[in-house]
Amino acid sequence: MNNGTENKKHILSLLVENELGVLSRISGLFSGRGFNIESLCVAETNEENISRVTLVTTGDMFILEQIKKQLNKLISVVKVLEFTGTPFVQRELVLIKIKAKQESKAEILRLVDIFRSRIIDVSPECYTIEVTGSEDKIIALLDLLRPFGIKEIARTGAIALAREKK
Amino acid sequence: MVIIKIKGAEILIKALEDEGVETIFGFPGGAVIDIYDELIKSEKIRHILVRHEQGAVHAADGYARAISKPGVCLVTSGPGATNTVTGIASAYCDSIPMVILTGQVNTSLIGNDAFQEVDIVGITRPCTKHNYLVKDIKDLAKTIKEAFYIATTGRPGPVLVDIPKDVVQAFAEYKPLKNVKMRSYNPTYEPNMKQLDRVVEMIKNSKRPLIFAGGGIILSNASKELIRLARKIQAPVTTTLMGLGAFPASDPLWLGMLGMHGTYRANMSTAECDLLIAVGVRFDDRVTGKTSTFASKAKIVHIDIDPTSISKNIVVHTPIVGDCRITLERLNKLLGEEDFKGIKASRKPWLDQIEMWKSTKPLAYEQSDTIKPQFVVEKIFEITKGDAIITTEVGQNQMWAAQFYNFDKPNCFITSGGLGVMGFGLPAAIGAQVACPDKLVIDIAGDGSIQMNIQEMATAMQFHLPVKIAILNNGYLGMVRQWQELFYKKCYSCTEMSHTPDFVKLAEAYGAVGLRATKPEEVVPVLKKAFASDKPVIMDFVVEREEGVYPMVPSGADITEMLLV
Repeated sequence: MNNGTENKKHILSLLVENELGVLSRISGLFSGRGFNIESLCVAETNEENISRVTLVTTGDMFILEQIKKQLNKLISVVKVLEFTGTPFVQRELVLIKIKAKQESKAEILRLVDIFRSRIIDVSPECYTIEVTGSEDKIIALLDLLRPFGIKEIARTGAIALAREKK
Repeated sequence: MVIIKIKGAEILIKALEDEGVETIFGFPGGAVIDIYDELIKSEKIRHILVRHEQGAVHAADGYARAISKPGVCLVTSGPGATNTVTGIASAYCDSIPMVILTGQVNTSLIGNDAFQEVDIVGITRPCTKHNYLVKDIKDLAKTIKEAFYIATTGRPGPVLVDIPKDVVQAFAEYKPLKNVKMRSYNPTYEPNMKQLDRVVEMIKNSKRPLIFAGGGIILSNASKELIRLARKIQAPVTTTLMGLGAFPASDPLWLGMLGMHGTYRANMSTAECDLLIAVGVRFDDRVTGKTSTFASKAKIVHIDIDPTSISKNIVVHTPIVGDCRITLERLNKLLGEEDFKGIKASRKPWLDQIEMWKSTKPLAYEQSDTIKPQFVVEKIFEITKGDAIITTEVGQNQMWAAQFYNFDKPNCFITSGGLGVMGFGLPAAIGAQVACPDKLVIDIAGDGSIQMNIQEMATAMQFHLPVKIAILNNGYLGMVRQWQELFYKKCYSCTEMSHTPDFVKLAEAYGAVGLRATKPEEVVPVLKKAFASDKPVIMDFVVEREEGVYPMVPSGADITEMLLV
């Protein structure tokens, strides 16, 4: 049973005017109203003066509704899209620096291969792995790599686009 | 073709003139000298020099509310800008159209911690509808146009434009702009007609309807439509503090204000109604009390231009996004096709019940040998016959003004509703007096609040603005004292104002008139003398020290749990 009060993760995609302070307006809205930001990713789009902000937040349906309305109210926000309930593709890129001892190197390479990820930097005791994928895939890989000793992680946060109608 | 380039400051003044600006409330400083150098040449714009920038913003607020035009203020960078923040936040809460122009240091110095530099765009982001930093003179005229457009359309609000000194010193061509087009801003004015059909059905099936109106009615000029609706369907009307005057207090369907200091009958009607038609309100916590039991027997219709207001605090059954006036017009038209012949008879049990609530627990106070603050407000109403603009400070004075002055028309009650700014009333009165020179403008004040912007007496004197200030002087920060009395075991921590100036002498020091009343029989003569004067007047009413505002719903309680006198 879900009456809308369950806290869930939601991906929002915002098209915004690429102008001074726009990110600050968005992040300020979230902090000022006590909404949660799990990740936030922003870059220019193919359209001039328009940037896309992909934002992952958690909340029940009422909170999500308020978040969407409040974002729409910002003058610099052109469009607010939410992917829940519609087909979409989602990716995140993660760089993982992992301890690579002699006896574990082969196993790490096997995992890298299975997950279709790549090693992009190598030092005698350390690999840096680049992986892209959905959240599930990234969690799975991180779980498997953790026993080897993760030194550092850098994540881009999720980006997403709706699927075209077939 | 010859391109004539003019100075940025001149472009700014021309752009303001083209927006129809007639008055600017402001205070000069280093970063805006160039603007003032042009402003003095303008034949269309009058500048009111305030004594503190907070006064400028509240005055612009009062001006905007009195004549339904955007208020404009002009201040310098740094402290000039930061002093406007409280007034901007108040205007934002109350959705008042306003454009605030702040000077800024040269663009080359921004970010260098220059003298009188502050990131005012950053500071005011959460309390403006929108704000701008103009970095290029080419954007100046367009930005001014957009600022006024955003401030006055949709749900109105304050817009701040920060203008660096080198931008107003630069030269460019001025091309007046006709229209504004913004791809990211398109307020919804027209309501969804299917939703309105549903409302008609709900009204037809309702036995105990109640209309709950707010500031949105006044902002959208929807009073007439509201009155038509109420009379047509014979529904009683209550309003928020911001909505006072939206519905005539002399109408038999009027219940008074609802909420924390609402009337007994308004709060009881809210709890007992089966249909609540909420128009231009945002269900503030001072109105709803405990949200889980608010209007729990009712189906709720909510009409508002701002989608974020809907289902934010109270989940409603029928939301309608649209302009209040247009939506009520459409609704009245739909209702016009319906038969409401037997309505008076079928509404009788509900209206009788309300009449009983009214007669058992009316708004009242006990007369005594000392002056009762409510008595002063009542007499102000009687003498002015309701034909005055009332501004208030914040606290007990504000609530007594709301309860005991019967507002029959919109735009006559000007108060800092959402933010609750002490020190609002005097500068707001000055703004209202500038807007309406022939009206009697009265600030109903407390001895605490009035001292927060008392310096504006000098502004009133300089510009011959004969505002009247009625101080309900109880020597306390009265509303906090009342909470301490009721909920903090009478521990009057830091609420006694054991030293206040002699307000009569203070008035005289400013060149104004000072009057005092210490006994009830002196109240009417003092008021009459003050209202007859062509000068600003401070009236010091020495009132009962520990009088409380009742009814009172304790914070967070159900609104029927009222403490009565």
